[in-house]
Amino acid sequence: MSDEILDEITASEYKYGFTSDIESDKVPPGLNEDVIRLISSKKNEPEWMLEWRLDAFRTWSEMIEPDWPNVTYNKPNFQAISYYSAPKQTKTLDSLEEVDPELLKTFEKLGISIDEQKRLTGVAMDVVVDSVSVATSFKETLAEKGIIFCSMSEAIQEHPELVRKHLGTVVPKRDNFYAALNSAVFTDGSFCYIPKGVHCPMELSTYFRINEAGTGQFERTLLVADKGSYVSYLEGCTAPSRDENQLHAAVVELVAMEGAEIKYSTVQNWFPGDAEGKGGVFNFVTKRGICERNSKISWTQVETGSAVTWKYPSCILKGDNSVGEFYSVAVTNKFQQADTGTKMIHLGKNTKSTIISKGISAGKSHNSYRGLVRVGPRAENARNFSQCDSLLMGNQCGAHTFPYIEAQNPSAQIEHEATTSKIGEDQIFYCNQRGIGTEEAIALIVNGYCKEVLNQLPMEFAVEAQKLLEVSLEGSVG
Amino acid sequence: MTDLAQDLLSSFVIAEAGLNGSKNLGVVNMRKEALDRFETAGFPTTRDEEWKYTNLKPVLKHDYKIMLKSESAVSFGDIKQYLLSNLDTYKLVFINGKYSSWLSESTHQSYDICTFAAALNKYPDVIAKYLGKAAPAGETFVDLNTAFADDGAYIRVKANQTVDKPIEILYITTDENGTSFSQNRNLIIVEQNAEVQVLERHQNLGTAESFTNFVSEVFAAPDARLNYYKVQNDSDKASLVDNTHVNQETGSLVHVGTYSFGGKLVRNNLNFYSGGEHAESHMDGITIIGDGQTVDHHTLVDHQEPHCYSRELYKGIYLGNSHGVFNGKVLVRQKAQKTNAFQQNDNILLSDKAKVDTKPQLEIFADDVRCSHGCTVGQLDKNALFYLRSRGIPKFEAQGLMTYAFASDALEYIKIPQLQKRLNGVIAEKLGINLEFAL
Repeated sequence: MSDEILDEITASEYKYGFTSDIESDKVPPGLNEDVIRLISSKKNEPEWMLEWRLDAFRTWSEMIEPDWPNVTYNKPNFQAISYYSAPKQTKTLDSLEEVDPELLKTFEKLGISIDEQKRLTGVAMDVVVDSVSVATSFKETLAEKGIIFCSMSEAIQEHPELVRKHLGTVVPKRDNFYAALNSAVFTDGSFCYIPKGVHCPMELSTYFRINEAGTGQFERTLLVADKGSYVSYLEGCTAPSRDENQLHAAVVELVAMEGAEIKYSTVQNWFPGDAEGKGGVFNFVTKRGICERNSKISWTQVETGSAVTWKYPSCILKGDNSVGEFYSVAVTNKFQQADTGTKMIHLGKNTKSTIISKGISAGKSHNSYRGLVRVGPRAENARNFSQCDSLLMGNQCGAHTFPYIEAQNPSAQIEHEATTSKIGEDQIFYCNQRGIGTEEAIALIVNGYCKEVLNQLPMEFAVEAQKLLEVSLEGSVG
Repeated sequence: MTDLAQDLLSSFVIAEAGLNGSKNLGVVNMRKEALDRFETAGFPTTRDEEWKYTNLKPVLKHDYKIMLKSESAVSFGDIKQYLLSNLDTYKLVFINGKYSSWLSESTHQSYDICTFAAALNKYPDVIAKYLGKAAPAGETFVDLNTAFADDGAYIRVKANQTVDKPIEILYITTDENGTSFSQNRNLIIVEQNAEVQVLERHQNLGTAESFTNFVSEVFAAPDARLNYYKVQNDSDKASLVDNTHVNQETGSLVHVGTYSFGGKLVRNNLNFYSGGEHAESHMDGITIIGDGQTVDHHTLVDHQEPHCYSRELYKGIYLGNSHGVFNGKVLVRQKAQKTNAFQQNDNILLSDKAKVDTKPQLEIFADDVRCSHGCTVGQLDKNALFYLRSRGIPKFEAQGLMTYAFASDALEYIKIPQLQKRLNGVIAEKLGINLEFAL
């Protein structure tokens, strides 16, 4: 068994790596059916997958880019993007001294270990071998339980029946503009399947999936938790990632079958643009989960990066007694814009949802919460609690709340409350009095304000996320 | 473009010829421009974000008559029940959109309480100063009203005056014109430190469908005080789009209460522009509706200056297959530091087929503010219900009492006891209970 995995890993490294001719792996910019055929053939995909992509592309061609979010940006030119390129060989540095000192300073503040720093900045290190072995041992443990955790391309080859059954069932191809685009051109992503009754013994994280060199521009994640299983999935990284792709349009689909529980945590810290608001990543993501009977999906997100964020991790509470949760901290600083929130669609009886959203705006940024709670006519005894608080720092920023509540059942109980305020001068004064500097005091207060959400994060992330908040808000106080 | 929109456009020439504002060049141009904007925009559909939950198609499909005739056969006895009894008031009564002098009681003595049509001719300078200054151009129904409205109430209270009795404004529609589309306009000017209370009501006495597109422009000068009550308990043939735009200056206090119990489709667009420091804006509403009814409250409070206060409380009770919509927006501009804004919308669905869509919205650009909103959809407390029943109060009555208690918060701000009593009566009737104790 372990030999097989080792073989697989070595093979996969070759697949993406050193010997392939980089020139021939680039597709010229532009998007048409030929490009999609090319992507599909490069990835050696089966016929049905190609058909699926082409259908998505045809749908997308007829769609117009939506403009309802509360954000302004220059619309990307979809014909100027190259939709397929094999993962690039990043320049290997010899030591950390060659790395941008600003970046190192941030790492230090985040408390990231030296080895980790080296990995993130692409410094050559011997520990890679260790990292592979660690990953291998993880793979072994997972395989023993029958858990499938691999890249999407691999899953299409190895487990086509599972992929075919679930892909696009939660986020259909024609769901929205960016989901359709993603469906047509996605190059990779993660696939995870937890068999019946299995409690996944560890936090699954893309970090341990070593054959993934870099997250693509159009990532597709599919996570299926079979009956009675449990999984906690971590995505992203607290370390600042500078990505040359400006547009990111990912799709994440979660399927929680009867009695299953999925916990999905995200920390996003992409390049937010410079101090003048130039550059920065556009993060337009469609994330959605479907809950069968007695199941539960919990989204936790800490959003600090990207110039424009636009995402609504949602739950469709289809089965009776299912539970949806959404915990979010969104921080915007400088010229960042975020329009984020969730949708809780109650369809089954006795369904419950909780929404806790904490927005912090500083600098000249705009932070919007946009949420929908819909209780269908058959959702007896549906229950929702929403709380969205906004914190404003400085008088150049904006905080907005757009909650949509649609109730069609008399037994529904829906509560929504929202507040907007600033950090009290008396709170800061209290800290100052006790020898805590203003900047530290603010970090302290912000952490307290976000506690409800940070508590939901897995241990590994929680500490880093706290520090991340501090770093993101640095210099926001005059 | 809908047939109705076509009809409106083609009848403008005839309407314009008969308009008494034709002498006043500024007003004529204003009407033409407004009509041009309507021609480009047309009626809103559910694809417009502001009309997402309210579909106008079913009420706009009728073949409405646009040029309406008044009716002289309406006697005081016919309208008495829609006025407050045992209370002396000024009265402005309009039949099919035309002023009815024999049913009204106007005054020019200390303050002007007369008609919009008269003001257009008599006070061109006041009209030029105020008309169209609160209601923004570009809103379809406002534009349409600007183009056509030729009559309505005109109230101007000069500085430091308190109007000695409330003013009742009653708009009556009869069967004289068949299905009718009426457009009237109120202009209410409360000058510095003046005070007035206004009651407004629309009533369809006939059996034919009616549609009313109504605009009120309110101007509250520094330290002015206005209570404006809108009682909506029309027949199930009547639809209403009510646009109220309130401009507030420093230290003014304006309260608008909207009590919706009737009508087929009622859409209230209530907008406050808080343009002076320490201005206070109050909005209350009770909605109790049943089968086939839709009530849509759209409110906006635009805080433009520092130190202002706004309070909003809307309660909704939905029976039968009724549909309730609430969209409350609080906008705090960058300059409006120290704003204190509160918004609450509570709803109870009492039937399986009733539905409610609510969207309490905050848009905040200033950091030193206190803004909160709350919104609930729920049921009556089962324990409280049990408590009442265990004391021998029948279930139905217990439910009624609790529902009344739920809604009555929004009545507290009413300053006319007779109106409060009257509304208590309507609520009791709607809920089918006896509320003698409250009277």
